[in-house]
Amino acid sequence: MSFKVDIQNLNLYYGDFHALKDINIKIRKNSVTAFIGPSGCGKSTCLKSINRMNDLVPNCKIKGKILIDNQNIYDSRTNLNLLRKRAGMVFQRPNPFPMSIYDNIAYGPRIHKIKNKKILDEIVEKSLRSVYLWDEVKDRLNKSALGISGGQQQRLCIARALAVEPQIILMDEPTSALDPLSTIKIEDLVEMLKVNYTVIIVTHNMQQAARISDTTAFFLSGNIVEYANTSKIFNNPTDKRTEDYITGRFG
Amino acid sequence: MKNNKSLYNKKKSISDMLLKFLIYLSTTITISIFLSIIIYILYNGIPYLSLKFISTAYSEIDSSLKGILPMLINTMYIVIITLLFAVPIGIASAIYLTQYAKQGKLVKSIRFTTEILSGIPSVIFGLFGYTIFCVILGLGTSILSGCLTMMLCVLPTIIRTSEEALLSVPKSYKEGAIALGAGKLRVVLEIIVPSAISGIITSIILAIGRIVGESAALLYTSGMAYNMPKGMFSHIFSSGRTLTLHLYQTAKQANTPDSFSQAFATATILLILVFILNVIASTISKIVKKY
Repeated sequence: MSFKVDIQNLNLYYGDFHALKDINIKIRKNSVTAFIGPSGCGKSTCLKSINRMNDLVPNCKIKGKILIDNQNIYDSRTNLNLLRKRAGMVFQRPNPFPMSIYDNIAYGPRIHKIKNKKILDEIVEKSLRSVYLWDEVKDRLNKSALGISGGQQQRLCIARALAVEPQIILMDEPTSALDPLSTIKIEDLVEMLKVNYTVIIVTHNMQQAARISDTTAFFLSGNIVEYANTSKIFNNPTDKRTEDYITGRFG
Repeated sequence: MKNNKSLYNKKKSISDMLLKFLIYLSTTITISIFLSIIIYILYNGIPYLSLKFISTAYSEIDSSLKGILPMLINTMYIVIITLLFAVPIGIASAIYLTQYAKQGKLVKSIRFTTEILSGIPSVIFGLFGYTIFCVILGLGTSILSGCLTMMLCVLPTIIRTSEEALLSVPKSYKEGAIALGAGKLRVVLEIIVPSAISGIITSIILAIGRIVGESAALLYTSGMAYNMPKGMFSHIFSSGRTLTLHLYQTAKQANTPDSFSQAFATATILLILVFILNVIASTISKIVKKY
């Protein structure tokens, strides 16, 4: 079995606050892994450690290792731009750039030195098709990306992440700001994505985790309480706290 | 159900009406003051306006030479050259202060200082500019000294306003770009600055207004000469009065109705100039900010 992401003894501090405590988790290639847990449990923090977005937070200290393809991304030799190209991210709120739809998608490839207009056109079409957005926006590629609906914007952001050909896609509660219909579209999309990508998704919505993920990690106050196949977590959890959480006794 | 009174019972409260009256009153006062100034100036200035007025030279002795072309040229020189200095420095400083500098005590004190500087009376800038640029650096009373002094005057405004614009760019844009693997410089130049461009252009508009309207700081530094420019580049090193200074001078020396008309006509040109510069700047802002 090949592991795409291997987190070893990860400890993370925001100033004095110990936000992640000895996290150990191995994530399989081409799978969907859900991080669940109550607010403030560290699931988003853990997700953001995987593409080192936590580096932007002042006073954030990290100990331990995260291996992606057996390379420690916290090694001082790591090229952060390449890391973030390999591990793309979709945020909680859709955050398209204030540019045209086309330029939003082409932005990433252009960063990574793709200048040829023909190739860019192909990437834009392919990325938009893979999130089922192409037919909806193909006639207004040069219009502002801020003019489409929230659900479309979020799919645009996924397409934007796909355009740089990542291998891992990190999703931080990607549907929490969306309506039910858009949520279903994104969930369907996630299941398609795992054919080519390793997906890690943070979610508040337990049904969502149960529906779309292969494995689930339950976080509680900075620890991983339980990490197992999703069906095991939801049908036969080992830990009492996991059971309490998924049956809605707290959270 | 008791108490089924008619719903058609809308009453106007007295305090609401009073407040509404006060709001209308204040608005009327403000607008009428503004309009009466403009109308008064235009009424007195327009009859004297002519193509000849803006296309001929000026002489204090020769009464047939009362044009303002040299002053118009001097004003444009000072506006353009000052902006050439102040805009790159100001915007680069704002970018550094908001995007690169560690947000600590130093940045806070710089911010505080720029705020104070933007409130300092321009005479003080004039005195400082005169000592430093005209005397110590030996530039003399010249357009260049005036421009350098004006640069000091408008820099705080440009920095503060651009900073506000840069800080108001949503953090999510920056995160989105970084998460795609964009380097810092790219994020700043391709995402943050374009998103803040209209605020940055506002800072330039404010600066233009300040330069065109300035008299005290230029009185010492660019001087009062009114001769026609002799060479495009050499003119930078010669003294020259701007429209505002010319207005001041003609109004001060006015002893006939005719010379008062000259002052009003100059004021009219000044108003038109400010209007045109504003239209240009906001047009640029619209062109640059497409989305």
